[in-house]
Amino acid sequence: MWTGIPLFPEQASTFAREVDLLYLFLVGVSGFFTVAIFTLVFYFAVRYRRRHADEIPPAVAESATLEIAWSVIPLGITMVMFGWGAKLYFEMRKPPSEALQMWVVGKQWMWKIQHPEGKREINELHVPVGRPVRLQMISEDVIHSFYIPAFRIKQDVLPGRYSELWFEATRPGEYHLFCAEYCGTKHSGMIGKVVVMEAAAYEQWLMGTPTGETMEQAGERLFVQNNCNTCHHDRADARGPVLQGAFGKPVRLESGQTVVVDEAYVRESILNPAGKVVAGYRPVMPTYQGQISEEGVLQLLAYIRSLRERPQK
Amino acid sequence: MTEHGTASAVAHQFDDLEQQREAGSLGMWLFLITEIMFFGGMFTAYAVYRYAYYNAFIEGSSHLNVPLGAANTVVLIVSSLTMALAVHAAQRGKKKAMVAWLALTIVLGGAFLGVKVVEYKDKYDHGLIPGALWNPKHEGGVAPPAEMQLFFSLYFAMTGMHALHMVIGIGIMLALMRMALRGRFSPEYYAPVEVSGLYWHFVDIVWIFLFPLLYLIGLHVVKGHG
Amino acid sequence: MTDARQPALPKLHYLNADYGIKSWLLTTDHKRIAILYLLGVTFFFFVGGLFAVLVRVELLTPAGDFVQAETYNKLFTMHGVFMVFFFLIPTIPAVLGNFLVPLMIGARDLAFPRINLLSWYIYMAGGAFTILAMAAGGVDTGWTFYTPYSSTYANTHVMLTGIGVFITGFSSILTGLNFIVTIHKMRAPGLTWFRLPLFIWAHYATSLIMILGTPVVAITVLLLALERAFRIGIFDPALGGDPVLFQHLFWFYSHPAVYIMILPGMGVVNELITCFSRKKIFGYHFIAFSSVAIALLGFLVWAHHMFVAGLSVYASLVFSVLSFLVAIPSAIKVFNWTATLYKGSVSYQAPMLYAMGFIGLFTLGGLTGLFLATLAVDIHVHDTYFVVAHFHYIMVGGMVMAYMGGLHYWWPKMTGRMYPDTWARFAALVIFIGFNLTFFPQFVLGYLGMPRRYHAYPEEFQVLNVMSTAGASILGVGYLIPFFYLMYSLRYGAIAGPNPWGAKGLEWETPSPPPTENFPVTPMVTEEPYEYGAPGAAPRGHVRPQEAPGD
Repeated sequence: MWTGIPLFPEQASTFAREVDLLYLFLVGVSGFFTVAIFTLVFYFAVRYRRRHADEIPPAVAESATLEIAWSVIPLGITMVMFGWGAKLYFEMRKPPSEALQMWVVGKQWMWKIQHPEGKREINELHVPVGRPVRLQMISEDVIHSFYIPAFRIKQDVLPGRYSELWFEATRPGEYHLFCAEYCGTKHSGMIGKVVVMEAAAYEQWLMGTPTGETMEQAGERLFVQNNCNTCHHDRADARGPVLQGAFGKPVRLESGQTVVVDEAYVRESILNPAGKVVAGYRPVMPTYQGQISEEGVLQLLAYIRSLRERPQK
Repeated sequence: MTEHGTASAVAHQFDDLEQQREAGSLGMWLFLITEIMFFGGMFTAYAVYRYAYYNAFIEGSSHLNVPLGAANTVVLIVSSLTMALAVHAAQRGKKKAMVAWLALTIVLGGAFLGVKVVEYKDKYDHGLIPGALWNPKHEGGVAPPAEMQLFFSLYFAMTGMHALHMVIGIGIMLALMRMALRGRFSPEYYAPVEVSGLYWHFVDIVWIFLFPLLYLIGLHVVKGHG
Repeated sequence: MTDARQPALPKLHYLNADYGIKSWLLTTDHKRIAILYLLGVTFFFFVGGLFAVLVRVELLTPAGDFVQAETYNKLFTMHGVFMVFFFLIPTIPAVLGNFLVPLMIGARDLAFPRINLLSWYIYMAGGAFTILAMAAGGVDTGWTFYTPYSSTYANTHVMLTGIGVFITGFSSILTGLNFIVTIHKMRAPGLTWFRLPLFIWAHYATSLIMILGTPVVAITVLLLALERAFRIGIFDPALGGDPVLFQHLFWFYSHPAVYIMILPGMGVVNELITCFSRKKIFGYHFIAFSSVAIALLGFLVWAHHMFVAGLSVYASLVFSVLSFLVAIPSAIKVFNWTATLYKGSVSYQAPMLYAMGFIGLFTLGGLTGLFLATLAVDIHVHDTYFVVAHFHYIMVGGMVMAYMGGLHYWWPKMTGRMYPDTWARFAALVIFIGFNLTFFPQFVLGYLGMPRRYHAYPEEFQVLNVMSTAGASILGVGYLIPFFYLMYSLRYGAIAGPNPWGAKGLEWETPSPPPTENFPVTPMVTEEPYEYGAPGAAPRGHVRPQEAPGD
């Protein structure tokens, strides 16, 4: 039993090996200094133990050189740790542009995952091996945190704001998914698994059990159901800004500010339209807060994002 | 033991009156620094939300009564003057003058609080209390931005906390008046008056920041609608 | 050093100067107030410790079968709340600091004795509110009260607990204020800044943090209360509020707070290492300045608790590098303490065992902080048991051991009695072993991925959890042992005399227990601190009083 205690989770992502290497470096340095201090303290305590009651030890000269040495050397070592950690961190924060996009909505106490092709999962995330995957995440209620130990990644999932993380799985298998930010009663029950599959198996899994709409199709359905199309169209009398080709581009607001039409702005426009009105338009758009779920917003986003591919008239 | 009107002698832990006075003064300055940090938390929240929701803040600010706020600012500045004059009188052992100036400071402080009551009631009447009672008028059929509630939350939290400090300050001054009338102060011993003056000036300074930050946002911005 | 004649208790001292409950509840004597605090912190330590025991019992098995999930969440929350706010933050300053600061600087009392008493009442009032919250059903937000769970979703006694924490904060502020004024204005003649014991420097730096940081958590808790009561929207995304703003405001205090917890412990260790190696401290100025550096730098690193909370890349970089910087002054202290032992005359009484344990465990705990400052590693271990292990190494392996060492060291001064040192050394050993068995496995658990605040966990984590609980039971026994022999010593302990350890320091120049006014005549200081090195002479106090103090 004792030999079976692992010290590391499995390494199942491109990050895992890097993080473990850095971790081992830290363990090595810490171990060195811990052993050194323990040894010195123990050795001095024994070597210089009091031998008779009235003993007075000789004075020991202070040494500025020593002080500077043991300030500068640790400083240097910590800066190496910082640099190495920062470099790896940069990579962790920059998803490659060709990453497969998936969406996560967290709520007390489950994870809801959406694939672009339409497949939806609860507390399970199927991904193909060897391809970068980017997760865009939001919470419906409190702060949660999406944590896959085997991939060495974690990111808080916030209400009202998108957060993201990315990874590239390297080994097929099943791995733990944990919520890592205390979120109430069933926080320790908000767990699941990440299933990494070979590319072919993943495609097959995607195709299995017909799901109906892709995210874009679901978004288009919502767009019509909620009458968005009555104001947002490309005819002359449109009450709302044209959405074709709008995503990803800057736009000028009533206030004079310029913002980029990104996920956050589109989400805000759906849920709190009076906040940032595009210049030249009146603030007449009703709010859909409470009427469209976070998943619905993500679907609408997928649809609106797809509109950029349509040719301009 | 008190002797011929001179206030309580040096407290037992101090060597002399000078040490006692210096300690009390340093203590009050340190306390005021803690107050800066205390209000600082709210100023931070204010800065964050004003940056994020500038328009909502302008609109919120436009609901505040600038003349009343300005009048209150003048009232507080004058009350700081009367407080300083009270300390001055204490320094000179002029008991009657000190009590009079303290009384005037209290009256001015009370006037400030009275105006605040008027303002708060006005917000209540216009449905501008955040939370369950939030029900602002829709200008031109358009609802004000949801974040305007944040402006008013900060308005009430900051001015409310300030008002609480003023009430405490008035209480302190009443206590000082009582002590003065009982002959506890003298030109040698008036440290409590002095440190209370510091406290009152601080409360005044906090308002000097609150007034422009809450009342004068975006006054230069010409509003396009409403 | 050893006096041939048997020491006797002084006829009149601060404990028997006056009798009756009123003389205690209305005292302004800093020494009595320290004893009042001692009673309070000990009570809250055992309350918090009881919750810890229950948590560890639950974690013996992977399933959540000992208590219900909601109960478990309340247990770890209340463990944290009581330990952080009612034990770790106040203890060394309010017990040892209150008792010793005036004595160490040759003063008759603190600058504001009545404010000192008020601070104790405020502490107890805050504690009462929090006990009330516990009795009424408890709170389950974690001691960190993150929004929007705590502001909008939790249906437990957030308000009551928040009020308790808010009130107690003022106790901290008043204590810090008192210490700063006292140290500035009431040092004995000849006691320049660089002749001060490092215990004083540590408490000065701590007091700076107390007065600058605590008000921020006060306003944060207040805003949380307003949000909860009136739904004002400050932390509510639906109204444009930002839940992460709460984290910034909370950690702006709560990170410096951990330095409030550890700096006094470091202050104690300075005194113990010098006395029990009978040597001047190595690097006095460096240690003094490092205390202030830690206090100031400690205000610049708060967002290292938030690397995965949505900070920008650049903010993360800044806080990471600053977090490494704040580690350096602590490293300097550890090296200087070790160097002090070199060519010293080391004895192994219990206070020294605790001090040496502190150096080792604080080093380990502090080094694991570097793991957390390293961005890429923190992503993996944030909110796991790695963090739990890290802070328990510093708090329990560090601060509590320093407190135990200090309590034993100054026990004869405070009570006039010696405790049985054999038992004390045994308890120190039990505590050291129990502590490491409890918390070292948690580093492994954390890197394996076990999140914190989990009521139930995957089976593969069980072995390490069982080890941890086994250690906790040993640790619990270890903490109970001193309780008994210290009580015993009050009645049956050997009379200590003014300076049983042969230590340097003004507090040892006055009888044990000291008279209410501390020194019959204000001492005059002519020596540097820790002047143990006079060859051929037995250590004596560095005071040349105009009259020899009565014995």
